[in-house]
Amino acid sequence: ECNNTCQCEGAGPPQLQKAREKELRSLVSNLPFEGLGKSKQPNRFFKPNAIKTNKYTPLFFIPMNLYEQFHRLANVYFVGLAILNFIPVVNAFQPEVALIPICVIMFLTALKDGWEDFRRYQSDKKLNNMPCLIYSRAAKHYIERRWKDVRVGDFVKVVCNETVPADLLLLHTSDPNNVCHIETSNLDGETNLKQRNALPGLCTSLNVKRFLTFSRNREKPDKEKTGAGIESLLLRGCTVRNTEHAIGFVVYAGHETKSMLNNNGPRYKRSKLERRLNVDVFFCVLLLFIMCLIGSLGHYLWLKNLSDVPSFLVSDSKGHLDSPSLSSFYMFFTMIILLQILIPISLYVSVELVKIGQIFFILTDVDLYDEETDSRVQCRSLNITEDLGQIEYIFSDKTGTLTENKMVFRRCSIMGKDYPHKENANHLALLEETESEENVIFSQSSLSSQASRFDEDSSPVDTHRHGSRHRSKMAVNLIAFLHHQETQVIPDEKLLQQISRSERSSSGISDPYMDFFLALAICNSVVVSMATTQRQRVSSPLHSQKTNNPLESLSVLAKRTGSFWKVFDSPKQNGSSTSAHKRSDDANGVQPRALDPMTLSARPAAASGDVCYEAESPDEAALVYAAKTYGFTLLARTPNSVTVRVPSGEELVFEVLDTLAFDSNRKRMSVLVRHPITGEYVLYTKGADYAIMELLGTPYAGDGQQKKIAADTQYHLDCYAKDGLRTLCITKKIVSSREYQSWLADRKKALAAIDGREELMMASAVQLETELTMLGATGIEDRLQESVPDTITALREAGIKVWVLTGDKPETALNIGYACRLLEEGDLVINMTSVVFQVTCVSILDCTLEEVRRYHEDPRNVDTTQKISLMIDGDTLAIALSPDLQDRFLELAKRCRSVLCCRVTPLQKSRVVKLVRDKLKVMTLAVGDGANDVNMIQVADVGIGISGQEGMQAVMASDFAITRFKHLKKLLLVHGHWCHTRLANMIIYFFYKNAAYVNLLFWYQFYCGFSGTAMIDYWLMIFFNLFFTSTPPIMFGIMDKDVSAEMLMGVPELYRTGQGSGEYNFRTFWISMLDAFYQSLVCFFVPYLAYQGSDVDIFTFGTPLNTSSLFIILLHLGIEIKSWTVVHWIIMLGSVALYFIVTLAYSAICVTCNPPSNPYWILQNQMADPMFYLICIISTVVALLPRIARDLSELKSTPSFKYCLPFVFLSSFLIQIHIQALCIRQFLYKGNTKTLYIHQTTHE
Amino acid sequence: MNMRFYRTTMKEEGNSANRPSNTAFTQQRLPAWQPMLSAGVVIPGFLLIGLAFIGIGVGLLITSRSIQVLELDYTGTETSSPCYQCTMSNQSNCVCKLSFSIGTLFKGPVFFYYGLTNYFQNQRKYGVSKDFNQLIGDVSYFKSPSSDCQPYQRVNGKPIVPCGAIANSMFNDTFKLYQIINGKEELVPFDGKGIAWWTDYNIKYRNPDYTPLKNAFNDTEKPVFWTKPAYELDTSDASNNGFINQDFLVWMRRAALPNFRKLYRRITEGNYKDGLPAGNYSLEISYNYPVISFEGTKKVTFSNVSWMGGQNEFLGIAYLVIGSMCVVMSVVMLIVYAKFRFPEED
Repeated sequence: ECNNTCQCEGAGPPQLQKAREKELRSLVSNLPFEGLGKSKQPNRFFKPNAIKTNKYTPLFFIPMNLYEQFHRLANVYFVGLAILNFIPVVNAFQPEVALIPICVIMFLTALKDGWEDFRRYQSDKKLNNMPCLIYSRAAKHYIERRWKDVRVGDFVKVVCNETVPADLLLLHTSDPNNVCHIETSNLDGETNLKQRNALPGLCTSLNVKRFLTFSRNREKPDKEKTGAGIESLLLRGCTVRNTEHAIGFVVYAGHETKSMLNNNGPRYKRSKLERRLNVDVFFCVLLLFIMCLIGSLGHYLWLKNLSDVPSFLVSDSKGHLDSPSLSSFYMFFTMIILLQILIPISLYVSVELVKIGQIFFILTDVDLYDEETDSRVQCRSLNITEDLGQIEYIFSDKTGTLTENKMVFRRCSIMGKDYPHKENANHLALLEETESEENVIFSQSSLSSQASRFDEDSSPVDTHRHGSRHRSKMAVNLIAFLHHQETQVIPDEKLLQQISRSERSSSGISDPYMDFFLALAICNSVVVSMATTQRQRVSSPLHSQKTNNPLESLSVLAKRTGSFWKVFDSPKQNGSSTSAHKRSDDANGVQPRALDPMTLSARPAAASGDVCYEAESPDEAALVYAAKTYGFTLLARTPNSVTVRVPSGEELVFEVLDTLAFDSNRKRMSVLVRHPITGEYVLYTKGADYAIMELLGTPYAGDGQQKKIAADTQYHLDCYAKDGLRTLCITKKIVSSREYQSWLADRKKALAAIDGREELMMASAVQLETELTMLGATGIEDRLQESVPDTITALREAGIKVWVLTGDKPETALNIGYACRLLEEGDLVINMTSVVFQVTCVSILDCTLEEVRRYHEDPRNVDTTQKISLMIDGDTLAIALSPDLQDRFLELAKRCRSVLCCRVTPLQKSRVVKLVRDKLKVMTLAVGDGANDVNMIQVADVGIGISGQEGMQAVMASDFAITRFKHLKKLLLVHGHWCHTRLANMIIYFFYKNAAYVNLLFWYQFYCGFSGTAMIDYWLMIFFNLFFTSTPPIMFGIMDKDVSAEMLMGVPELYRTGQGSGEYNFRTFWISMLDAFYQSLVCFFVPYLAYQGSDVDIFTFGTPLNTSSLFIILLHLGIEIKSWTVVHWIIMLGSVALYFIVTLAYSAICVTCNPPSNPYWILQNQMADPMFYLICIISTVVALLPRIARDLSELKSTPSFKYCLPFVFLSSFLIQIHIQALCIRQFLYKGNTKTLYIHQTTHE
Repeated sequence: MNMRFYRTTMKEEGNSANRPSNTAFTQQRLPAWQPMLSAGVVIPGFLLIGLAFIGIGVGLLITSRSIQVLELDYTGTETSSPCYQCTMSNQSNCVCKLSFSIGTLFKGPVFFYYGLTNYFQNQRKYGVSKDFNQLIGDVSYFKSPSSDCQPYQRVNGKPIVPCGAIANSMFNDTFKLYQIINGKEELVPFDGKGIAWWTDYNIKYRNPDYTPLKNAFNDTEKPVFWTKPAYELDTSDASNNGFINQDFLVWMRRAALPNFRKLYRRITEGNYKDGLPAGNYSLEISYNYPVISFEGTKKVTFSNVSWMGGQNEFLGIAYLVIGSMCVVMSVVMLIVYAKFRFPEED
């Protein structure tokens, strides 16, 4: 009856016809087919809305998980070894036993995977069963169903504060303008409201039936194409706000929705340490190979030397003996099985466990918690914690990272005249004094409203994206709220007079002053939301409690913030009490405009308090608030109109003809409106000065006035920039009707285009933005975050080079550079800005490089630190980054203490980071807060996002997310250092531990004909690695503190130990391996010499070996542990206790349980023998002597004492060896005399 | 101070849901003991340890020195050896006699060991070659011994009991010791009881519950090298027969190292309770066990034992060396310390 089709475009190369066919989907409404069988459904080929993100099903969990786990090379290796053990000719243990370690490891991994998968399953289930409204033809209204019932082609109604269940094409909303406000905090964390427009021209009524009769196609009846872009698509996961309900047509469901497609799971990065670790694992493999080769060769020689077949040589079942070469070939594999734990099987699992523990401690650090937003640090990458301890270069964004990104209108220049707003500056300075107290108050009240909001939408949206349980909380925290002290601007008196003058003179229509403020109020994307709407914003505490009686609200406020008053009661704060009262007035919604009776009378205070602005960027909000101060209040914004109340009290409704949104290429935005009074088409444009200046025309009478205004404004702009203000130019253009019509045609074409829409849109925008008239400029202050200078100084002392990459003007950047002590007075700043030609750039580079080299070679500068800084702008950077210049550029940059890049694009940021990372082979960290930092964050080794005012893109792309720049100090200097040292030491220890233990077995091979015998029961051997000695290193890796946090913060130089190759390098690895060899030699040969020639049996011989090995390994760790807490003691002593309990129990119970190995009653017997203890003590002491000696040499004492000690040790060691050699010789000599040959008769 | 006040009030209101708990554990501020090596600890510590070690070393050395050991090699590789002819051909029941004399009283109780060198009882495949279930007396395993016992699992189709290479290769030289008193040989009584581990004799090894024991061994074959079946190892004493024969048990406990000795008998009875008196002795050896083929040697050892087992001076020396090293080190450290530290402190 109706073939409603809807073609929706997907991304992809359009030239591929085949691919395109897939990407274009023709959708038909389900309604005509309601109740029909499944095979009749037109949209049956599209995926349903039920999602399934769990990987496994209960039935196939084991095979699937095994398959998954065998993707790890290590697991394959160990299973391969275990299988090798099933081959009778080469087996070393009973085949089953060899499977235990790998089984335990894989079981643990499977347990972890299973648990994670179960959680995914649960959240899927919850999500799939969420209620939603679907139109039913039979019921003739919307009936409640579940999310999983939604199909492509359904009509879905979403009511306010509900989450959108699938990707919907918006058809109708309850709003008279057919717009729908959504919040995308579940998708990208941005909490500002975004407008979505219903597909125009399709329906205007609620009656869905009419949809059906209407050819609901993208092809309208008149065959004119209507582009349905992103602005009429509601994505799954968004929340509908401020709109009673919205109705949409499902175009994508379930896994095909954008949010699900973008959901790529957790990031996987490999840390530098892990890369190094893999190299060492390879060394271990090599070592193992050599050891096995020695074993095999030894076996060959041993067999060769046997002239006959002795009774201990066992042949196969037919009495046939393999040839020596064949059996030594087999022996090679037996040796691999026997010595396999040289490759630390549990290392990978342990490293993961350690990292989880480390992350736990980072997350729980109260110092990295931000009270204001109630948010902790977030770790989004789970496996690069130790990289934090090795950073050499930091690339930082400026706005929002170093600064607060809380914009405050500071001053403006209109028609070439500067209005410095001096009171404003004074007021802000006062505010700053009491800032800390106020922050608490506002966070307090904002928190309470946040909490209520959190309850209100305790929807399962937080589970919508898996793997980030902090999401929804984070989202709540991220509201770009503006405190009143920041929104408030004290008007400049002169300007007020000027406005009132111009209002009187020209009735406020085409006066440049009026235009300036109108532009501020109109030319933006700020959404006005009434505080009385359901959505409780956190924007300002005064909105949550609205009363008409100022006194009442004052008392409420006083009650709530009793602490607030305490501050002002204290004598210390007396000086600021006036300002405090001013502010408390202000908190009641009464603007302190008593200075100017005109504006006060023009605007009823209560009404002004009702307005609440939601801005995408804080700059815009600051400008709107500034306009409001001067009486130009933005009252409402719809897609088609803007309502502004002008100082005269009149409410002007401007028809918005088009909005040319901001983009980073144009660096400006424009709004085209029709003036309600004059009826003119007016284009207001605001943007960066360099983007605007070249577009200026001369429509005002053509004389030099306009030129002069532009020049004056430029001068003011430069002044503002020098003060560190962010500048914007405001311009106006009156568009003639004819011009508008011709432009509109182009614009429509661009809008309807499917291919290259972006480019066309931009081209059309550029087309209009010409011949602008300068109105003025604004200066917005963005204050530095607290303790940024301290942090930067500390980071620099820690040997980290800090680069700042900003899009701001060079002057602004320089100013901020000095403010945050990136640059210091007396520094040599190499300025490389506005270089246009490559030749110039080359010569500058060469000259400065030469100069810098000379500076460094100068003997007078040997001791002084580098005091050279480089300042470069985007254009020059583009030249410097060209392949033939980049080496010289890096050479120069390497020698600079800090580098300031200004006016750089996001892409350039990432190129710089990539270049430094790849060419200098250093560890880089990028920190930023906005979408323009995402590239850089992703490219750097460690990306840090600051969850600030600009949404969540940076956080989403980051490895760690913090709330303040100052947190970087503790994160790097303390946690980074700890994580690195802990993990490095843990890994080194792990290698050592396995090598030390395995070598015991290896030495024994020399005394058992290289036959692969183990002198320790297999089970105990496996337990030894799995249980007795596994927890202490993990605990060590999580909890050890080589230096206290206070020390690390106080002496940033300590951070340098981790830089470069860090504490885990070639040297430390091989030293610990040598130590392992030495210790295993001692641990084997002390018992060997003690039991030589006696009647000791195999396991009795192995028991003291095993026991002293345990003591050596644990005490070795004990020496490495720098601070012992209760946990350390419990785990260390617990491990020893576990060893004895398990071994005793095992040797008491197991009579024949593990044939042919049988440790029955061995340990009990040994523990009754004093020799056992004496052997254990001496071998432990001798084995640990080098370690103790090393520690003694670091003894805290005078330098001379320190240097003497190694010699003392060396000499006493030599003496010891000498004596021992003598004794052994004597001993052997005596032994010989004791052997009597017959006929000889000796008398003892 | 103000800040703290606000924080507490906020906590009371429970508004900071995300605030990490401020405990010593989560903030990594657990009270910790940091072992700081200082001269004040190290020097006395080393001195004490050194003295203790020297004490132990001296004790060990004295004990070791007090142990008397007499070793007699009887491999017979040299022509002068009385057992030389036994090595020549495959003659069975070859007996050779070894004479020696003891100058002073060999204090009792004297332990009598036999020793082998270059014999690898710790060879892996050799070690596996036995069936515990047989040895614990489970008759069902008599019929079908474990495949571990290969190639000593079956002979002529019949199962071998006890199967396996270890049992098969049991040491079978026997010794008799005579004291020559006035030209007459007087037999020195050997005590063969309790030379194996108590747990081996009582728990790990059991004879099947058959009387006579022989019945349990129906349809089984004795190990290839054995001259008599397991149930005839010591027919005189039922408690020393079959699998719980002491010599068998001693042999089954595999030696850890290729040069080893195993306890054969103790001399604890009669006139020799207090030891072997000075005089001439003759050891009658029935020479059966072949060792020439793998260049091994055979020996017997007389030794008395102390709390530290047999004679071994290594441990005593090691303790002495390490102990004295510690003492020397502490003294040197003290000198260095006194020389460099004290003036600076002034």
